[in-house]
Amino acid sequence: MANLLALFAPPNVINELLQRLSLSPETINYVVWPFIQIGAVVTAIALWALYATYMERKISAFMQARLGPMRVGPWGLLQPIADAIKLLTKEDLRPDKADPYIFFFAPFISVAAAFIVFAVMPFGPDWGVITDINIGLLFVLSVSSVGVLALILAGWSSNSKYALLGGLRSSAQMISYEVSMGLALIGALMFARTLSLSGIVQAQGLDSIWYIFYQPLGLVIFLVSGIAENNRAPFDLPEAESELVAGFHTEYSGMRWSLFFMAEYAAMIVVSAMATTLYLGGWYFPFLWRIDHAGYHSLFVLLSLVVFIAKMVVLLYIYFWLRWTFPRYRYDQLMDLGWKWMLPAALLNIALTAFAVFTVQALDGWHGLKTIESLTRGVNLTWQGKVIMVAFGIAGLFIAAAMLSAINWRSRDFNLKKQRRQVRLVSPPQGQPAVAPAPSES
Amino acid sequence: MSIISDVIESTKAIIKGMGVTFSYIPKEKWTVEYPDEPVTVQPRYRGQHLLHVDEHGREKCVACFLCAAACPSDCIYIIAADDPRSPEERIGVDERYAKVYNIDYGRCIFCGFCVEACPKDAITHGYNFELSVYNRADLLKTKDDLLITKQKQSPNYRVAFADEDVDSEYKEV
Repeated sequence: MANLLALFAPPNVINELLQRLSLSPETINYVVWPFIQIGAVVTAIALWALYATYMERKISAFMQARLGPMRVGPWGLLQPIADAIKLLTKEDLRPDKADPYIFFFAPFISVAAAFIVFAVMPFGPDWGVITDINIGLLFVLSVSSVGVLALILAGWSSNSKYALLGGLRSSAQMISYEVSMGLALIGALMFARTLSLSGIVQAQGLDSIWYIFYQPLGLVIFLVSGIAENNRAPFDLPEAESELVAGFHTEYSGMRWSLFFMAEYAAMIVVSAMATTLYLGGWYFPFLWRIDHAGYHSLFVLLSLVVFIAKMVVLLYIYFWLRWTFPRYRYDQLMDLGWKWMLPAALLNIALTAFAVFTVQALDGWHGLKTIESLTRGVNLTWQGKVIMVAFGIAGLFIAAAMLSAINWRSRDFNLKKQRRQVRLVSPPQGQPAVAPAPSES
Repeated sequence: MSIISDVIESTKAIIKGMGVTFSYIPKEKWTVEYPDEPVTVQPRYRGQHLLHVDEHGREKCVACFLCAAACPSDCIYIIAADDPRSPEERIGVDERYAKVYNIDYGRCIFCGFCVEACPKDAITHGYNFELSVYNRADLLKTKDDLLITKQKQSPNYRVAFADEDVDSEYKEV
């Protein structure tokens, strides 16, 4: 049975085939095998981006007591394919005075920036990851921020005021939220003690805890900043239909427009995958390692992939859920949230996490308390250490809430009437007419 | 004080709002899959017009032009004619009848004034709403399309009974 499963596992079959073709093991490992993985991942992500639109349309329809796409295929399952064919065969329009070269290349930059990130994503153990570089997290942050460039170029080259305003808005928004997004990750890195994404997942496995329990505040900041960085509702100001037509892609149509769309959904998948890797334990699931220990390694890898994708789908669902629940922010509220709430919260999270890690280390050996298992690969805590750390994490939520609402007393709630009263804009003098009566002629 | 309670209140508000959207997912959907399922229209629905006939099959219209006069968009065109034959064999109930009775559905706004104006109850609104055509000229309907004896019931819609309350299911949210 075990041999049978091992034979049908994808890598073994492919390796057998390649060895028949008399290729050297080095060629197989470093040339052919990465290409197979890249092809598989790019195809999967592109298809997934297509079907994410289907998922979004269905979920939004269900939340509005509608059925959503139903006509193409059973339950409308072929609708994304039909849309893709329609978009590919549409006329490729370009405004008369647009910059032809930049207008042509901007969508490709956008898609490339969103897709390259998947090179380091740890979808699973062993062959589930294309390449594991030791600065994986930095790579993800730097490459995904190239996407801003595409939006600016698209907005500028369209030679349209709506597109330009949309591009400016999105770049301002992405840059301001990227700061807090990057800072929110540092809390998790203090536990993992590595920048390699596979290393972060393995650190969580060795500690046998997901970092969401240590870092609830970090996850909240990361998700909110991630949604804002992807320009998704309720932060979709760059594409605010009622104000800016469609933002930076107003002038795009057909295939180029669909590339922007695909990049947006791929970026959503990137943020979900990052949150899964850093906070939800990556491909780890309780008791799944027993399959590996029982000898079914390929089955274990496949199940790990399924676990990772399931966690990502849950996060994607939260994206759609938020989009169809909340109205759009005003622009000043958006910047307010980014700079006055998210950034201080991320900084506070770093301080609190550092304090917590320090405290747990200091408590080790105090009155016979044993908190630390080992510090060789990430922070491995005993159960006492875990309890202390989780308590610190939950307390951090309340400390952050108190501190942020204290420093943001003006924008704590968006009760404009109260705010005006506080800055004394509406307090007309009582008991006397606003205008003195004209002297009567008598 | 309100420092913490503001944050807790807004968190509660977020959870409440998301709960509302989530609770709609398993609920029954109101979508009518139109060409596959018939649409239920109200008895008062104003669709394509019907030109009525009496029990002997004679047209009720006497070509008095009141409908054409009442029409705010001037879409009714009538040519009156006399039919001197005996009451049994003539086309209309009266000697005078509409030789041509055209309604231009490119102009009609379905206001129902023609129905109000008609003294003989010869014209009423039917229920047919499937008026799409590929050619604008086809929107001009003649007597052959409008007479109640010439119109066919489409399987795509169903008229609600007079005591059937179609609206109430849309009222409960």
